[in-house]
Amino acid sequence: MNKLLDVVALLGAAVLGLVAYIGELALFAASGVSHIFRPPFYPRLVGKAFMDIGFYSLPVVALTALFTGMVLALQSYTGFSRFGAESAIASVVVLSVTRELGPVLAGLMVSGRAGAAMAAELGTMRVTDQIDALSTLSTDPMKYLVAPRLLAGMIAMPLLVVLADILGVAGGYLVATKKLGFSSGVYLTSTFANLQVEDVVSGLIKAAVFGFIIALMGCFNGYRSKGGAQGVGTATTSAVVSASILILALDYALTQVLFIK
Amino acid sequence: MSQVKIRIRGLKKAFGPKIVLDGVDLDIAQGTGMVVIGGSGTGKSVLIKSVLGLVTPDAGVIEIDGEDVLKAPKQRAKELRAQIGMLFQNGALFDSLPVWENVTFGLLAQKRLKRAAAKDKAVEVLAQVGLDAAVANLSPSELSGGMQKRVALARAIASEPAIILFDEPTTGLDPIMGAVIDELIVDCVKRLGSTSISITHDMASAQRIGDNAAMLYQGKVHWTGPAPDLLTTTDPVVNQFTHGLAEGPIRMALRR
Repeated sequence: MNKLLDVVALLGAAVLGLVAYIGELALFAASGVSHIFRPPFYPRLVGKAFMDIGFYSLPVVALTALFTGMVLALQSYTGFSRFGAESAIASVVVLSVTRELGPVLAGLMVSGRAGAAMAAELGTMRVTDQIDALSTLSTDPMKYLVAPRLLAGMIAMPLLVVLADILGVAGGYLVATKKLGFSSGVYLTSTFANLQVEDVVSGLIKAAVFGFIIALMGCFNGYRSKGGAQGVGTATTSAVVSASILILALDYALTQVLFIK
Repeated sequence: MSQVKIRIRGLKKAFGPKIVLDGVDLDIAQGTGMVVIGGSGTGKSVLIKSVLGLVTPDAGVIEIDGEDVLKAPKQRAKELRAQIGMLFQNGALFDSLPVWENVTFGLLAQKRLKRAAAKDKAVEVLAQVGLDAAVANLSPSELSGGMQKRVALARAIASEPAIILFDEPTTGLDPIMGAVIDELIVDCVKRLGSTSISITHDMASAQRIGDNAAMLYQGKVHWTGPAPDLLTTTDPVVNQFTHGLAEGPIRMALRR
């Protein structure tokens, strides 16, 4: 009986902990978003965060998208050739990349690069009292550190995904025309004939949401880190893991919302 | 006693079951320096963080110029605290900014200074703490520990605050550099006519920078008096702490 009570107590504590975590995260997010719209504004910091999240993630996102498009073309050919549907490869590649793989893979890569860096930077600032120092210098840390990153994440990710879309399609085109013997004109015609504005827009909406999530989890975990170097390490890991899980879960939710029959 | 600048009454703070401050009472007179000593974990940092608003006490009163900052509306509390400068234990300089931006950060945030004039102001304040103008363009990571402390001091005094808080200002410095920092602190505080609270474990430093001293022990102010009396008092708790004696009432209390 006592063991059963212990298990119930453990479960209860875990649930309470989870609820407290979600509550804390929601308040943090609400505070961060509210500071985006309230002065003073820090355009220089938004620009810097934009460079960190967007510009410096270009190589990793570009390579990921290019190779994914190439693999997708090859794998699609393997399957479709078995029932004579090779002509559908262009459509599969462009729709998969724009609607799904572009935003999700870019999100995961940016989370591993920029989200981790954010958590490490804010975590270090927390454990070295720099965040407290901001408060003593008439500066709200949420406004100075968090709001610019949230805004930059939401702007940078869609732009990265536009690039990922183009390179993913280009990767498929390269494999299809150079390896699988497709005609360049036919492949491109087939690509654009089946692509609709909604496909691209739905991917960009996902990208903006993922950009917010990456910045939010990076800032949240870094901001509340404690315990020196180990705490910063834990915050960094948590930022990447939580952002990745949220990206995948929200991807389904957004796909459901943006689903077109 | 001259006019009281900071009055603390019945200040309490607990973290879970651990009671850190258990009714702290302390008065700091205008233009004087109060040194707070006490063992590790006795709540010295929590005390000054409560004054700064970085920690919210569970109960008590913190008055600045007779106004309770804990009960004041948010904006008013912010205004009252805007007159406080702080030197953090490890400097807490912003790694991502050059020295000149660190020094003038508060002035720029309060819009008391245009960005174009900030560098000149920083050079002026850096000179007050004995640093060359060339330091202004460096990054904090390019400075030695002593220089970082000086830059942090420059940042704390740049806005000419009425109150300055020092958290272990000489920690991590060699004795000579520690004495230099103490001298700078005394110079700056006297020149600005500021009121100061300093936390330190360094008795030599306490003698140099404090007019008065208080010892925190078991969550309360155990002893207060003139700073020079720290080393001569017959109080057994203070005596054990200031002379670094292994045996005494503090250790006995820990064993209980």
